[in-house]
Amino acid sequence: MQVLDRERIAMLVQPDRVHRSVYADPQIFELEMERVFGRAWLALGHQSQVKAPGDYFTTRMGREPVIVINDGDEIKALVNRCAHRGSMVCAEGRGNAERFVCPYHGWSYDRTGALRALPFAAGYSKETLNTLELKKVPRVASYRGFLFASLSPTGESLEEFLGPAKASFDDFVDRAPGGELEVAGGVFKHAYNGNWKLMLENHLDGAHPAWVHASSVAVARNAPEPGKPGEEHYYDIAVRQMRQNGAPESVWENTGIWATPRGHGWMGDYHDDSRLVAGMGNPAFEEYRRKLIEKTSQTEADRILRVTLWNTIVYPNCSFMSQFRQLRIIHPLAVDRSVVYTYSFRMQQAPERLFRDTVAFSNVVNGTASWVLTDDLEVYERIQKGFASGAVEWAQIGRGFGRDVDEPGARRGATGTSEVYIRAQMQAWLHYMTQ
Amino acid sequence: MNVEQFLYREARLLDEQRLEEWLELFTDDATYWVPLEHDQADPVETSSIIHDDRTLLELRVKQARHPRAHARMPLARTVHQVGNVMVLDSSSEILVSSTLVLVEFRSERQKIWGALVEHRLRREGGDLRIAHKRVDLVNSEGELDGIAILF
Repeated sequence: MQVLDRERIAMLVQPDRVHRSVYADPQIFELEMERVFGRAWLALGHQSQVKAPGDYFTTRMGREPVIVINDGDEIKALVNRCAHRGSMVCAEGRGNAERFVCPYHGWSYDRTGALRALPFAAGYSKETLNTLELKKVPRVASYRGFLFASLSPTGESLEEFLGPAKASFDDFVDRAPGGELEVAGGVFKHAYNGNWKLMLENHLDGAHPAWVHASSVAVARNAPEPGKPGEEHYYDIAVRQMRQNGAPESVWENTGIWATPRGHGWMGDYHDDSRLVAGMGNPAFEEYRRKLIEKTSQTEADRILRVTLWNTIVYPNCSFMSQFRQLRIIHPLAVDRSVVYTYSFRMQQAPERLFRDTVAFSNVVNGTASWVLTDDLEVYERIQKGFASGAVEWAQIGRGFGRDVDEPGARRGATGTSEVYIRAQMQAWLHYMTQ
Repeated sequence: MNVEQFLYREARLLDEQRLEEWLELFTDDATYWVPLEHDQADPVETSSIIHDDRTLLELRVKQARHPRAHARMPLARTVHQVGNVMVLDSSSEILVSSTLVLVEFRSERQKIWGALVEHRLRREGGDLRIAHKRVDLVNSEGELDGIAILF
C-alpha cells in the first residue's frame, strides 16, 4: 500500500466530492484514531453521572478505554490500563470506588490514578515506582455540565473548539427549570457494520427521512391520533416525530442548517414544542412552562421555548437533540464497525410526564429495535458495502455547493437540504488529518 | 390447547412469518415488553428495547410489511426454540415461564439470541390469548446490532 503522506490525504477530499477510501481504508482509520480522535475534544458524558466523590463510569475515547471519575476535587479521565502488565483495572460499567485494584497482581490505584500499593514492591526502585500510575487523559473540561476530554496535551480550549455549537448545549440546559439535568432511563448501545462518519453525516441529512423512513412515516400516518389531554397514548411523541419525517420537501428546504469549520453542525427552524410533548395546551406542558417562568422570567421562558433546534453534531463523536433530551456518543471500533451509546436526560424539576415522553421517544425512535433507527442502520451497512467496491472512486457531497452563506461563526446552507454540513465535517477531517 | 402447545404454536407463527396471525394471539389490552436492563422493574422510568401496547404492536407488524421497510424486507429467517416451560400460577390468568433460544439469519449473517420469557395467558372462549409477554434477553445491556425481528 502507498504511504499515506499528508499530500495524498489532502487529495481525498475535494470541495464537492470525497474519495471512498475515507470510509473504507483501514490504514486511514488507524490514522484517524491518532490524528482525529487523538486530538479533538471528545464528549464523555454528563456531570450527573459522577456526582459524588468516587462515582465513576467507563467509556472509550476513540478506542482508548477510559474511566471517568470524580476524585473529590475534580473530574478526571484515567486510561483504564494497569501500568504493570496492561490489564484493565476496572471492569466495564459504573459505580463508586475508593480504589481500582488490578485483578492480575493486585496493583492498587486511588481515585486520582496514583499507585498506592502493590505486592512485592521491593523488586522495584523507588524512582521507578514514582513514575508508575494510571495514565491521566491530559485535558478534561466541561461546558454547562457536559464532560469532554482530549488525548492531546495541547490545543485550543473546549469553548474555542465548540464555538457557536455552545448554543445547542445552552438550549439543552436552559430548557431545564433551574438548569437541573441528569442522565436517566438507561443506555441504549447499538452497533453497525459501517464507518463512524456515516452516523454523523446522516443526523443532519434532511433529504433522507422521506426515503429511509418511508415505512415508519406511512405507518405513523395511520396511527391513532394523539390523544387529548388526559387521554394521551404513551407513544404519541414518537408518532408525531415519525409523521414529521414525512414532511413535504418545502419543509425540509426551509429548515435551517449550519456548520462550523470544526465540523460541528445543527438543524434549526424545524420543530416547535407543539410537535413535541402532548402539545402546547397540555396541562403537563403548562406546568413545565410555569416552572420555567418561576426559575427565570416570563420573557426568558418565552425566549427559551422559541428556540427550535433539532439535531446538533459535535464533531467527531457526539450527536444530540436538545429539545428531546437525547445524546449519542459514537465509538469507532474499526473502519467498518461502530457502536453508539444513546443517553436520555431527565429535567429534575419538570413534571414527570416530560421524562416519560423522553423515554417513549427513545424507545420508539432511537432504540435498538426502533422502526426508525433500524432503517438508518440498514442503510449505513449498505453504504459501507458500496464503498468497499473499488469500481467507483468518488461520492458526492455537492448538494447546494457554491450557494452556502457565511454567517458570523458558522456557514449556513442556502436551503435545508444543503450538504454544507458534510463539507464542513470533511474540512474538519482534513484539518486534523493533515496537521 | 395446553400451554406448551400454545407456546410452540406462537413460535411457529413467528418462524413462518405469519405475523398477522401471531398478532391475533394477543388480547386487546396486551403488552409486549423487551426490557433494556436486567431485572428492570418498570417500562416507564427506564427505556425498553420494545415496549408496545396492542396498538403499537400492530403498527410494528404493519411497518414490517411495508415495501420500503429496508431493515425488514426481506424479514430475517428465524427459529424460535422454546424450552423449560413451567406453569407458575393458574389461579386466574396463567403465568408461564420459558426459555427462548433464537437463531436469526439475514444478509449473510447469523445471530443467536437467548432469553428468559414470561407469558401471562388468559382463557377467552376456548382459546388461550396473550395478555402480557416479557422477554429478557441475556444480552439486553450489551452492544447490539439493530433488532428487526420479534422474539
